[in-house]
Amino acid sequence: MSGVGAPDRGSAAAAAPGPAPAGGRGRGPGDAGRIGAAARWWASRVAGAAFVLWAVATLTFFAIRLIPGDPAEAILGGPGSQASDEALAAVRAEYGLDQPIAVQYVRQLGRLAVGDLGTSYSLREDVAALLGAQLPGTLLLAVLALAVAWLLALALATWSTRGGRVSAAVGSGLEVIAAALPHFWIAIVLILVFSTGLGWFPPISTPGVAGLVLPVVTLAIPLAGFLGQVMRESLLDALEAPFTVSARARGESEAGVRQVHVLRHAALPAVSLSGWAFGFLVSGAVVVETIFARPGLGRTLLNAVTLRDIPLVLGVVLVVAAAYIVVTLLTDAAQRLLDPRTRAA
Amino acid sequence: MSDLEVSARLARSGVERRRARGGPGGGRAARRLPGAGESAAALVLLFLIASALVPQVVAPVDPLAISPLEAFRPPSAAHPFGTDESGRDIFSRVVHGTGPSLLLGIAATLIGLAGGVVLGTAAGMLGRVVDFGVNRLLEVLFAFPGLLLALFFIVIFGPGIVTATIAVGVSTAPGYARIIRGQLLTVRRSAYVEAATVLGRGRWRVLVRHILPNTLAPLFVLGTLGVGQAIVWAASLSYLGLGAVPPAAEWGAMLAAGRTYISTAWWLTFFPGLFIVLTATATTVLGRRLQQRVREQG
Repeated sequence: MSGVGAPDRGSAAAAAPGPAPAGGRGRGPGDAGRIGAAARWWASRVAGAAFVLWAVATLTFFAIRLIPGDPAEAILGGPGSQASDEALAAVRAEYGLDQPIAVQYVRQLGRLAVGDLGTSYSLREDVAALLGAQLPGTLLLAVLALAVAWLLALALATWSTRGGRVSAAVGSGLEVIAAALPHFWIAIVLILVFSTGLGWFPPISTPGVAGLVLPVVTLAIPLAGFLGQVMRESLLDALEAPFTVSARARGESEAGVRQVHVLRHAALPAVSLSGWAFGFLVSGAVVVETIFARPGLGRTLLNAVTLRDIPLVLGVVLVVAAAYIVVTLLTDAAQRLLDPRTRAA
Repeated sequence: MSDLEVSARLARSGVERRRARGGPGGGRAARRLPGAGESAAALVLLFLIASALVPQVVAPVDPLAISPLEAFRPPSAAHPFGTDESGRDIFSRVVHGTGPSLLLGIAATLIGLAGGVVLGTAAGMLGRVVDFGVNRLLEVLFAFPGLLLALFFIVIFGPGIVTATIAVGVSTAPGYARIIRGQLLTVRRSAYVEAATVLGRGRWRVLVRHILPNTLAPLFVLGTLGVGQAIVWAASLSYLGLGAVPPAAEWGAMLAAGRTYISTAWWLTFFPGLFIVLTATATTVLGRRLQQRVREQG
C-alpha cells in the first residue's frame, strides 16, 4: 500500500472492526457526486503512479553513475572485463556517454518511454525481448504460489478459529514459524524429503507440472504464514463484530454467518497486502529459481547482479518497479471497491 | 508495505484484540503468564546468547580444526550436526557462527532503524512540506520491493559482507520510516503533548521530554521484530553468493559453502538454516510479547 496522502489506510481499516454490513449499497441522489469522487481518486492515483515511475527511472539513472570508474567499462562488466578500446568507444557512442549528463538523462527517459531497455552485455541480446521471454515463467510461478498460499492460509485460519484453544495455539504457532522460514531452507528440506528421499518430484525444475510443485510450495509457505496471521486476526475481529452478533440474533446459521459476513472481512486485509505479497514473491523468486535452476526473471536478475550486467539489472529493476506500482494501484482500487469505509478518506 | 510493517501490524492487531476481550484496561492480559511458545522462544534466545558470548563453552570442539579423513560425516554422536567438506565439526561451526551472524543482523537492523528515525522524524516533526517530500521519497523506495533494493545496492557498491549488511539495512529503512512517522503523529496528537504545548513549553522541550521518550519503547519493539527478518535477508544474500564468503563460520557463509553439496550432504546447509529459522521465530515471538507489554503500559 502506498496510498497517496493516506499511507496507513489499510492498517486503520484492519484495526477498527467497524460495522460495515455486507452488500446494501443504496442508489440515491448522491450517485453523480460519487462518480465525480471516483474520477478524482483515479486521476490523483494515476498521476501519483506516473510520478513514482518517473522518479524510479531518474533514481536508477543517477545511481548507476555512483559506480566507481568509467561508466562505459562498468556497462561492459567492470575493470575485470578487459574490454577493448573499440568496445568501449562503441558503448560510449551507444549510450551517449560523451554527451553532457542532462542530454544523456533526457535520451534515457526517451528510450524508456518507447520500451527500449538497451542491450545486455553478458547475453548480447535486447533486454526488453529477453525479459519478455523470462516473464511468463516467473508470472506462472508467482500466481500459483499466491493461490496456494491463499488456500493454505484460509484453511489454517478457518480451522484454527473454529476449534478450541489447542487448535488456535497450534494454528497461530504454525503461522509464526512458517512466516519465519527462509525460502532457501524450505527448498533444501523439500528437496531432501520429496526428491532425494521419496523421489516424487525432480530436484531441478523440469518443464511440466511435476517440476513446478516444489518451487511453488517453497514460495507459498512463508507467504501463507503471513497471510494466515492477517486473516486470523480479521476473522476473530469479524466474528465478534456487532454485525455478526446481529446476524446470529436474526437466526442465521453459523455457516451462513461465516460465509456471508465474516469471510468478506477476512479477505479485506489480505487484499491490502497484495502489493507487499508481490514484492515478497519477486524476492522469493530470485532464491527459488536459483535453487531449482528454473529459468525466469529472478534468476536472470541474480545472474545480472553477479556479472554486473548493468543494462540487464536496470531492465529487471524497472520492470519489477513498474509492475509493483501497477499492482499497488489496482490493490488500492480493489480495496476502495470492497470497503466503503476507505472511500470517505 | 514492507515485511516489517506486516510484522508490526500483526503484533499490534493481536494485542488490541486481546485487550478488547480482557475488558476495560485489559488488566487480565497484563498478568497473563508466558505461554509455551514464549517460554520456548526465551530458551532458544538464551541458548543463542550463550553461543554468541561463550561459544567455546557451548561447543568445545575447534570450529576450524580440519581433518580430511572425517569429511562429509553425517550427524552422529561424535558430530551431532555432521562434518563438512574439510572434516570440520558443523555443530561447533554453527555455534561459533552465532556471534557474527547475530551481529550482522543487529547491525543491519540498526542501519535500517537509524535511516527510519531520520526520515520518519523529519516527516513527522518538520512540517508539511518536508512530510510531503519524505512521503514521496518513501513511495519511490517502496517501488523496489523486498530484495530488489538490496540487490540494486549490491550492483552499485559490489558484493561482500559489509555491503550486503548495509544493503539489508537500507532496504528495511523505508518500512521503519513509515512506522516511526505514524507513531510520531499519534504521539503528537496525544493529550499529554497537547497539555505541555498549552502550558507553554517550547517546541524542542516538548520533543525531547515528551515525544521522544514515548517513541523509544516502540522503536525497541520494532528492532526486535526486524532483527529476525534482517538475519534471514542477509543469509539469503550470502546463500546467493553476494554476502559473507566462506570459510567464515558465519551462517550465511556456511550456507553458501554447503550449497554445492545439497544433494549429497544435506547437513551442511540444513543446520545453519535451522539456526536462522530458530533465531527468526524466537525474535518474532519475543517482539510480540514486548509489543504487548509496551501497549499495556502506554
